[in-house]
Amino acid sequence: MTLEATLLIAAAIFSVGLYGAISQQVVVMVMMGLELMINAVILAAAGFWWFLAPDPSGQVLLMVVIAAMTLEMAMGFAVATLLHRERETDMTDSAADLAG
Amino acid sequence: MVIDIAFWALGLVAVLSGAAVFYVDSMARATYALALSFVAVGLQVLFLQQNYVGVVTILMMVMEMAVMAVYMVMFMGMNPALMPMSMVHGNRTAVVVAVTTFLVLAAGILMVDWPARRGSPPADVTMALGESLMGPKMLVMAVVSPVMVATIVAGVVLAARRTRYDRFGDDLSRRPADDPQPGGVGR
Amino acid sequence: MADPMAMPGPGSPTMEVAPAWAVAAVALLGALVVVAALLDGILASRASGGPGRTMSGLARPFGEAARLMRQRRRTTVQADTVLWRIGGAGLLVTAALMVTVVPLGDWTVFDLDVGVMWFNAMDVMVWALVWLAGWGANSAHALVGGYRFLAHGLGYELPLMFALVAPAIAAESLNVGRVAAAQEGLWFVVWMPVAFLVYLLGVAAFSVWGPFAPALGSDVAGGVRAELSGVDRLLFETGRYALLAAGAAFAVPMFLGGGAGPLLPGWAWVLVKTLAVLTVLVWLRRRLPAFRPDTFMEVGWMVLLPAVLVQDLLVAVIAVWRS
Repeated sequence: MTLEATLLIAAAIFSVGLYGAISQQVVVMVMMGLELMINAVILAAAGFWWFLAPDPSGQVLLMVVIAAMTLEMAMGFAVATLLHRERETDMTDSAADLAG
Repeated sequence: MVIDIAFWALGLVAVLSGAAVFYVDSMARATYALALSFVAVGLQVLFLQQNYVGVVTILMMVMEMAVMAVYMVMFMGMNPALMPMSMVHGNRTAVVVAVTTFLVLAAGILMVDWPARRGSPPADVTMALGESLMGPKMLVMAVVSPVMVATIVAGVVLAARRTRYDRFGDDLSRRPADDPQPGGVGR
Repeated sequence: MADPMAMPGPGSPTMEVAPAWAVAAVALLGALVVVAALLDGILASRASGGPGRTMSGLARPFGEAARLMRQRRRTTVQADTVLWRIGGAGLLVTAALMVTVVPLGDWTVFDLDVGVMWFNAMDVMVWALVWLAGWGANSAHALVGGYRFLAHGLGYELPLMFALVAPAIAAESLNVGRVAAAQEGLWFVVWMPVAFLVYLLGVAAFSVWGPFAPALGSDVAGGVRAELSGVDRLLFETGRYALLAAGAAFAVPMFLGGGAGPLLPGWAWVLVKTLAVLTVLVWLRRRLPAFRPDTFMEVGWMVLLPAVLVQDLLVAVIAVWRS
């Protein structure tokens, strides 16, 4: 249990999440890829805190990451609902015109 | 030694169940594989002594995945038992990008000369987190809270189809409201 | 490297026992399950009328268990067996994990510094497990039951969380042992009754019990357990009783003063109080009308949540004023 081990595991999770976020066509699956990437960030941040600088206020970063994840989920579900209602689709390809 | 093995085993579970999310062909299995990945990471965070963050991660993510599964079934609208779920685009690019990212990150992790630990952990980590959130890092709380409220409002605005004119009529005087699904309080 | 997950923090009032004692904790939970099942059997017999029914009521849970153990397992087409089994057996595991943080007098199996959160995380697990038990069978009725449970969950979970917040604020700790120790002189149930009632409602809800049983309703052919048979069904039912017992046991350190009481030692008082709460919960099963899953969420958010938030505010003001 070392910093390198923790970070390597986090890097592996991050890469898997990145693969999912790029390759998946369904909006909800893309969100799952993003979640997995944030999961890796949680692990990496926890590792950095414990092995490098376990000062009292360092954990606040983790709370911010978790908050960011809830916001991502909430907005993701809202947009997915809207997309489904307006276009009867849940595929990112059918929403490509939303990219500016 | 036992701790090391347990930590690596949890890491393996986290990575493999994360990969299973995009490999299995069932919506429920994909969602709960992700939940398993989060539970494994939450337990690893417990090993890293941040008990509050670890338990909160498990709590939130299991709940979120229970909701996520409902969304999957609702929107994907197909029977996974009858139709294998492989919906990918640009698979090769994605694999190349992911593998490259991992290699770069791993090389960086192994080559950087990490500094020695600075300071020592507080006696009560959870108490320290609470005190810094309510003390020197109050600004974080103060910013996160309004952002969350704004997100709730924005989420409802985006997702809701009916407005108050649909519910209460054009002059907002219809009582009780005309809802396709009435609530339990009888507003 | 320090011992992982220990950290009761400085000056914890409870003593962590060796992990092997977890077996004893599970055995105790099993005994509570048997008591609850017997009690429910008696109440069911008496509800069906006639004199001398008590004996047949006592035999009822054992007869049912024996019947289920001999029953052949029912299979369904295209069932997701892995998820189905996890959902069916997981409730019992979750209940066992819940009781690990409950102090029995001075001893606790897992003296976690965030024990209250731990209990909360475990009760959220039930969302996943009940839905999975409904999903796995690949049966429409079972899936309807699973959705009904999630619909209830959206209504009860937040009030339950904020109900657990109240004792933690008053005790200024998330450690279950310290919450119990903070009630010396005055039990929390006396000055936070709203939180206690909402907590009991939450326990009934995550045990799919009484008013929250529509997920298992006979109008959908048994709901989540429509296709569960044999040992799987026995595990699911035992899991529900175990969750009820674990919820009752957790109420003791949170609201009922832990092991405090005259004459008897602390562990005995914990058991007595647990049995009392458990009896009330079992008795309530036939006394309350069902909450409809489609309308309960508004009740949860418009009635229960504000009530509990006001309770939390009062508790916080009192806690600040006292210190």
